[in-house]
Amino acid sequence: MEGDDLGAALGACRRAMVTTDEVWEALGEIPDPEIPVISIVDLGVVKNVAVADGTVSIDFTPTFLGCPALDAMRLAMEATIAELGATPDIRVRHDDSWSTDDITAEGREKLRAAGFAPPTPRPAEPVELVQLQRGHRCPYCGSMSTKLENLFGPTPCRSIRYCDDCRQPFEQFKTI
Amino acid sequence: MSERTDLLLAIADDELILGWRNSEWTGIAPFLEEDVAFSSIAQNEIGHARALYELAAAELGSTADELAFDRPPEEYRAAPLVQLRRLEWARTIARHWLYETADELRLAALKDSDDREIAGLAAKMDREEAYHRMHAEMWVDRLLATEEGRERLGEAVDELWPYALGVLDDTLRPELAARAQKKLGRALPDVEPIARGVHEDELAELWKEMTSVRRSAPAGAQW
Repeated sequence: MEGDDLGAALGACRRAMVTTDEVWEALGEIPDPEIPVISIVDLGVVKNVAVADGTVSIDFTPTFLGCPALDAMRLAMEATIAELGATPDIRVRHDDSWSTDDITAEGREKLRAAGFAPPTPRPAEPVELVQLQRGHRCPYCGSMSTKLENLFGPTPCRSIRYCDDCRQPFEQFKTI
Repeated sequence: MSERTDLLLAIADDELILGWRNSEWTGIAPFLEEDVAFSSIAQNEIGHARALYELAAAELGSTADELAFDRPPEEYRAAPLVQLRRLEWARTIARHWLYETADELRLAALKDSDDREIAGLAAKMDREEAYHRMHAEMWVDRLLATEEGRERLGEAVDELWPYALGVLDDTLRPELAARAQKKLGRALPDVEPIARGVHEDELAELWKEMTSVRRSAPAGAQW
């Protein structure tokens, strides 16, 4: 019995040593399940990390409410926190606190390098169709001569565009 | 049941049932891009339903899945507009456009709600719905551009108009009529709304299919 108590006490000490910086760093290693070139931290969906009494609380927002990667993200975060020796408490926030503007500069560059055109900045007013018909750069050749092929794509967060110069279709991150 | 839960379930049921109706085009749309579009829209709508059911479930001590699948069809609050099975392109576009226009008005009202959970969720949904609206408007413009398209869309809109009015409560109906009139360039028929509470036969048929896998499993099965 004594041994167990000692083990528990040691465990508590170890857990108490996890810092929020370490948690952010560990979460930065979790790839987005659908676009694994960027991490969930690059994506900006982790809204808050708090550490208290061996529990790591994480607030995160789905990119799109119907995103099927939601559970995969949650499970990956839980496993990462458990590996750090802490108890995970993952809370999903269903509010307007995430925008594609929250994707980090590094994340945008990783998207571009992988052939996904990063999202354009969120305008003050709702996006209009006319804005989507021009002003989007091809991630392959840099041309602005691209056109909208389909507002929808392989996942809810992407549209399909076509580059008139290099004649490549490409995926454009929707602005949310 | 509180007024809040009643409202959440009504909108959740609309989004779930419409999501299913949209998904009926998967694999059989007129061309591949529309297959992708309607499948993606369906996924969004069902995602919205899940988030709304979760809010209602927290109050009812239930789960989103139980609310989506374990109620008998007559307990669904979905507007008759989304219950209809209309696997014909002009009617599909007409319903899509009428629903999204109505939904925009409803969401705008909810975004102003004092209930922070509802206002926050409505704002997030509206960001996604903006793409559905653009898609619907693009199609309406395309159909209005030819004589045959205008005629077929017009017939479909007139047929669905009483149902479209039924999506909204009294206060928002005049604005829906004003927007529809502006887009079509003509007045809509003066009709009685076919409102929530009516259950079309098509809903029971959809329900059978939608719940068949869940009903085939023993109670408490984990997926």
